[in-house]
Amino acid sequence: MDEILEILSNDARVTLEEIAKLTGKNVAVVKKAIKKYEDDGVIVKYKTVINQDLIRDDNSFVRALIEVSITPQKDVGFDYVAERIYSFPEVTSCYLVSGTYDLLIVVEGDNIRTVANFIASKLSPMENVRGTTTHFLLKKYKEDGQILKKANQKKRLNISY
Amino acid sequence: MNISKKVEQLAPSGIRAFFDLVLGMKDVISLGVGEPDFVTPWHIREKAIYCLEKGYTSYTSNKGMIELRKEIALFLKRRYGLEYDPEEEILITVGVSEGLDLAARAVLDPGDKVLIPQPAYVSYPAVVELAGGKPVLLQTDLANNFKVTPKQISQACTKGTKALLIGYPSNPTGASYRKEELQEIAKVVVKNNLIVISDEVYDELTYDFDHTPIASLKGMKKHVIYLNGFSKTYAMTGFRIGWACGPAPYIAAMTKIHQYTMLCAPIISQLAGVEALKNGFKDVLEMKREYMRRRRFVVERLNEIGLTCHMPEGAFYVFPSIKSTKEKSLDFAQNLLKKKKVALVPGVAFGKASEGYVRISYASSYENLKEALVRIGDYLKG
Repeated sequence: MDEILEILSNDARVTLEEIAKLTGKNVAVVKKAIKKYEDDGVIVKYKTVINQDLIRDDNSFVRALIEVSITPQKDVGFDYVAERIYSFPEVTSCYLVSGTYDLLIVVEGDNIRTVANFIASKLSPMENVRGTTTHFLLKKYKEDGQILKKANQKKRLNISY
Repeated sequence: MNISKKVEQLAPSGIRAFFDLVLGMKDVISLGVGEPDFVTPWHIREKAIYCLEKGYTSYTSNKGMIELRKEIALFLKRRYGLEYDPEEEILITVGVSEGLDLAARAVLDPGDKVLIPQPAYVSYPAVVELAGGKPVLLQTDLANNFKVTPKQISQACTKGTKALLIGYPSNPTGASYRKEELQEIAKVVVKNNLIVISDEVYDELTYDFDHTPIASLKGMKKHVIYLNGFSKTYAMTGFRIGWACGPAPYIAAMTKIHQYTMLCAPIISQLAGVEALKNGFKDVLEMKREYMRRRRFVVERLNEIGLTCHMPEGAFYVFPSIKSTKEKSLDFAQNLLKKKKVALVPGVAFGKASEGYVRISYASSYENLKEALVRIGDYLKG
């Protein structure tokens, strides 16, 4: 991966000037490269990783992983059905996978009822959806390479040769 | 108290009080640390835990486990084309620190002179003195990027000069040597029949060119005791594990001392070392990329705020000049600590000749570096 992407994927708030210093390139070059990544869709969006467990003490948030088996369509394969599914805002991630089912989707909602309702009324009845298996998430330990638990205190001495 | 004269006379660490001051202070941003800010990669820690569970708690052979020595031989061959016989030419030590001590004691007779380019790691002159040798300090400075020249070495060689003790990339300056530069040094070494004790523990943190072990140069193997370890490369400082390679007679002599004084390196660390060599190289490359970025950032910022420094070629240190402040390095470090809560190591800690410089370690998170440099900038503005 290009160094600029590596830096941004780790911290999207690093400024152009800082990236220039870190990479030894000049600011204009960095700016142009990032613009191109944005235009080409390589950089899709800048987001913040939030540990929902710490802010939602009223438990008003649930997330489920759902395995979906579908019947592929002539000419367009899985893509057509996938699009119909991922277009629902409740679906926050959608992957085509190998194995015993076809799509793995992540669905978020305020509570179990809203998610269950989405599955029962939107997802399952959909033409070409042959079956679903739903796993509600109980605890999130690590996401996108980030361990959510706060790191232990440093163990190094503050000064040494 | 009846302390040995030799120990009493060892350059007193006048710096101890400053270190204690830093260690006693809370909420300090520290750029004074001489070890990686990464924790040992998980696969290595996991291997160590597994071995402990399996009951690997015994001594090993004095030289170290043959499994590890073989891995080291394979690694050196693959990485640098260096050929060492794991049976006779490799010794597992308790870090490079022990390797330095063993090498000095194995080759020095009382009064033998050892050339040591300065600024250098604090223990170089000390191990030479403890072994009965006489350190001859060769001064380098910012103007020549802290590199010793073949001419300096040549001119310093007199009757009784036995060895050259060199560390590159260097702690504290980050200076290192290209192959061509080493070839010129090697010529002087051969001509004066010196033994080179070469501490290359920061070898994998070389940024602008490929590291060349001086032992890998044609005809040099017989002149070199090559020291390296796992501490910096695999962030394994606390495991205390390293190796020494060299001609069989040197290694045999070092092993003799090692068996009486250390017996063997800790077995868990040796097993962790095997895992590091087998599966750790990817971690090394990632770590290096990260350090490389921080290096660029720190050097640019230091020059911006008015502390002249060169672009170090390796390790994770920069060694800026603070001469513009007119302060002694220890005063500078103390004032910066008290006023801005930033810790760094005053140059004088690395010998009198390093006065006028400070060592900044960029083995610290990017956020810390950013904030610390702002504070140093504020301090300079007064």
